[in-house]
Amino acid sequence: MSHMKELTKGLFKENPTFIIMLGMCPTLGVSTQVSNAIGMGLSVIFVLTCSNVFISLCRRIIPDAVRIPCYIVIIASFVTIVEMVLHAYVPAIYEALGVYLPLIVVNCIILGRAEAFAGKNGVLDSALDGIGMGIGFTMSLSLIALIREVIGSGTITLFPIGSFSGVITLPVISDSPVRVLTLAAGALLLMGYLKAFFQWKTARGKEVKA
Amino acid sequence: MSYIGILITYIFIQNFILVQFMGLCPFIGVSKNSESAIGMGVAVTFVTAIASVVCWAVYEFLLVPFALEYLRTIAFILVIASLVQLVEMVIRKMSPGLYKALGIYLPLITTNCAVLGIAIINVDNSYNLLESFLAGLAAGLGFTMAIILMSNIREKLEMTPVRKVFQGVPIAFISAGLMALAFMMFDKSLLTNLGLV
Repeated sequence: MSHMKELTKGLFKENPTFIIMLGMCPTLGVSTQVSNAIGMGLSVIFVLTCSNVFISLCRRIIPDAVRIPCYIVIIASFVTIVEMVLHAYVPAIYEALGVYLPLIVVNCIILGRAEAFAGKNGVLDSALDGIGMGIGFTMSLSLIALIREVIGSGTITLFPIGSFSGVITLPVISDSPVRVLTLAAGALLLMGYLKAFFQWKTARGKEVKA
Repeated sequence: MSYIGILITYIFIQNFILVQFMGLCPFIGVSKNSESAIGMGVAVTFVTAIASVVCWAVYEFLLVPFALEYLRTIAFILVIASLVQLVEMVIRKMSPGLYKALGIYLPLITTNCAVLGIAIINVDNSYNLLESFLAGLAAGLGFTMAIILMSNIREKLEMTPVRKVFQGVPIAFISAGLMALAFMMFDKSLLTNLGLV
C-alpha cells in the first residue's frame, strides 16, 4: 500500500509542474506540439527513474559533502544516453527538442527528487517515486501542449503510424487559430491561468474538508 | 553575424527568459524584491560570460581533438559546477563586499538552465571565442534586464488588489506573459533593417 502511495503522489498531490512548480523551462519550451511534449516526457521518465535507482543504490557510498556533483554526473550520463538514442532512432523529435534535451540535466525535478527522495530511501521506493513523478510531469506537459496546440494552431500532432500521418486537424479552430498561444507570451499567460486554476482547486478542496 | 548583432540577438530577440524560458525558476523565485533581483542578475551574467568562454575552450581543445563531442553535456555541467565553486571562492577572497551581495545566489546558478543553455547554444552555432563570450554576456544581460523589470512589477503588485486565486505565482506568470508580448516587437527583421546580419 505504501509503495502504491510513492507511485501516485507525483500524479496529483505533489504534481511537479502545477503544485511544486519545478522544471518550468522545458515545460514551456517544448509544449508547442503534443508529440514533442510526449517525447520530452518519456525522456524525463527514463532519466528520472534510472537516476533515482542508481542514486538510491549508491547512497551509502557517496560522501555527503560531494553528493550534489555526484548526482549531477549520474544524471548527465543518463541524459547523454537519451540524447544518443533519440538522435539515432527519432531524429525528428531530437531536432524539435533541440537545446531543451541536454537541459534535462539541470531540470530541477530530477535533482530535486535525487536530493529529497532517492538519497534517503530504498531502491524500490525510489524507482516508484521516479516513475510517478515522471508520469505526473508528462501528464501536465501534455496537457499544456494539448491546450496550446489545439487553440494555437488547431491541430493535434501525434506520431505517424502506418497510413495515419500523425496530424489531426480540427475543422473550425484551424481556420482562425489564436496564434499567440504557440508563441512564448501565450505559454507564460496559459501557465499563469492554469496555476490560478490549481490554486483555486486546492483552496476549495481545503474548504470542503474543513 | 556581426558582434553587435549577437549582443542584440541574445539580449532582445532571443531573450533567455521571455522567449526561450531558460532560467525561469530563479526568475519567478528571486524576483520578489529588486535588490535580490539585481544580485541574481549580476551573478548570472558573471557566470554565463565566464562559462561560455571556458566551455568553448573545453569543447574546442579537449572534446574535439579526442572525438568526444558526445560527452559535451557531462563535460559542460562539470565545468560549470566547478566554475561556480571557483568563482565563489575567488570572490570571497578578493572582494568580501561583493561576496556578501552575491554569495547566496552563486550556488543556485549551477542548476540555472541559462548557463548550460548558452554553452550548448554556442557550440551548436559554432561560435568562435569572442562570439561565445559576447553571446554569454548578452544572455546574462538579457536575464538581468528581465528579472529587474519583473521585480519592479512585482513590488507594485504587492500593493495592488489581486483576486485571491491569482495571488503569488499566477499573477507573476501572467505579468511575465504580458512582458513577453511586448518583447515580440524585437524580431529577426530588426537585425536585417539595421544591416547587422
